[in-house]
Amino acid sequence: MIKRSKKYSVFSLMKNALSYHENWQPAWRNPEIKKEYDAIIVGGGGHGLTTAFYLAKNHGIKNIAVVEKGWIGGGNTGRNTTIIRSNYLWDQSAAIYDHALKLWEGMSQELNYNVMFSQRGVMNVAHNLHDVRELKRRWHANRLNGVDCEWLDTQEVKKFCPVINTSPNIRYPVMGATLQRRAGTARHDAVAWGYARGADSMGVDIIQNCEVTGININNGNVTGIETTRGTINSKKIGVVSAGHSSVIAKMVGIKLPLESRPLQALVSEPVKPVIDTVVMSNTIHAYVSQSDKGELVIGAGTDGYNSYSQRGGFNIVEDTIMAIVELFPLFSRMKMLRHWGGIVDICPDASPIISKTHINGLYFNCGWGTGGFKATPGSGWVFAHTIANDQPHALNAPFSINRFSSGELVDEHGAAAVAH
Amino acid sequence: MLLINCPYCGEREQEEFSCGGEAHIERPKNPPDLNDDQWADYLFLRQNIKGLQYERWNHSFGCRQWFNVARNTATDDILAVYKMGEKPPVLESNDPITPCGEPAIGSGNFSTLKKS
Repeated sequence: MIKRSKKYSVFSLMKNALSYHENWQPAWRNPEIKKEYDAIIVGGGGHGLTTAFYLAKNHGIKNIAVVEKGWIGGGNTGRNTTIIRSNYLWDQSAAIYDHALKLWEGMSQELNYNVMFSQRGVMNVAHNLHDVRELKRRWHANRLNGVDCEWLDTQEVKKFCPVINTSPNIRYPVMGATLQRRAGTARHDAVAWGYARGADSMGVDIIQNCEVTGININNGNVTGIETTRGTINSKKIGVVSAGHSSVIAKMVGIKLPLESRPLQALVSEPVKPVIDTVVMSNTIHAYVSQSDKGELVIGAGTDGYNSYSQRGGFNIVEDTIMAIVELFPLFSRMKMLRHWGGIVDICPDASPIISKTHINGLYFNCGWGTGGFKATPGSGWVFAHTIANDQPHALNAPFSINRFSSGELVDEHGAAAVAH
Repeated sequence: MLLINCPYCGEREQEEFSCGGEAHIERPKNPPDLNDDQWADYLFLRQNIKGLQYERWNHSFGCRQWFNVARNTATDDILAVYKMGEKPPVLESNDPITPCGEPAIGSGNFSTLKKS
């Protein structure tokens, strides 16, 4: 009954070329909704799809629905700046993000789908003595956790990324940088599509245009969800709805420590290769890389107030552009082509929540804030484990919702290498 | 970007202001009596409403006064501005009109638009 999507290869490419590429099969089905599933994942973004994928692959639970209110790749998965790294300060974060990075390294093979993962290195630049101390501290913490990291002085920074302005006379001079060579970027849409195709081929139903309007509970056990396309029953429900996590939580009377805010990004007109790494600066809040199409991909900061409107203030964009132009004067005449916002759910400690709740069978994976994309495979991996076994994986045990009562916060604000 | 009508200075650009988050959260009257969950609720848990939210703003690059704003977080419409200490005005909830509460702009989530 389950029809496996055809394996992509050079031969399938040649075969389809003969029919002018008009006979490619859809990458995943558009299934009828069943009455009941073994597990339902709310939210068809990267983290939701990887959760379904690893539930099916690692835990043998294949009767799964992923319900998505919009379309696959239309939320934050398609709105981020595609940076992947694992150079986090604290042990708990380094462990989970580095687990994710290892999965990134094998992802294209695992999915038979080219996610264009490019380990071009991520450089975090220091602009003052405090930065230097903080980044060196993180460099040593990374080394102790087995995460690759190097320290570059100003000359080495210039050598690694020749277009950066290392003049000592700019307002925030480059005083050095950390470099994680295993870090890099990937094609974000391909990640969503690849996991959707992979999950679908194992029998997972991906249901788009289906919005959750309620969660049914009986005697403290979850029994199903109400959606715009009817009731769907399941004893296990994993909520992975990013910016809208508080909205879903409110349906069952749970308050989460989240603030949903707009986060903006923009891309320039495409140009020839000019920057072959990712440059991030915490102090002046700028980060930039170049996509394979040639566009500069620039990430701005979050707006300072809660909003679900998927658009932010122009002043935030202006601040980022000013910083980029100071660091890269040759970009000053670049034209920006597109600009957008996504809604990110920020935790007080800038670390995620991957946790059971007091309702049996209801799980939350949220709070990834401004940096969830890099964790996509690792997040799904541990969340699938949590749902399948009804207890957290060792990697996500520190990220329980209970840490806000116990005080065991994993404070990555600032330590996460870019201001949130 | 918002235009905010400061009750002391009049309408100014949002860049002059800082948002202080959810309003009307009362400091616990008997702090020593609180258990850890109650502290977590006071310190960390927020309603994070999609729709009408009452929130605090500070005119940090102006008169530096605090005041309250009622704003629809789905559309960013500012519905009322009132001073600290005043009761929040009772407003039409002005809840998002589509089932998923997406604003007409920005989301592109046309499939769930409510038919009028």
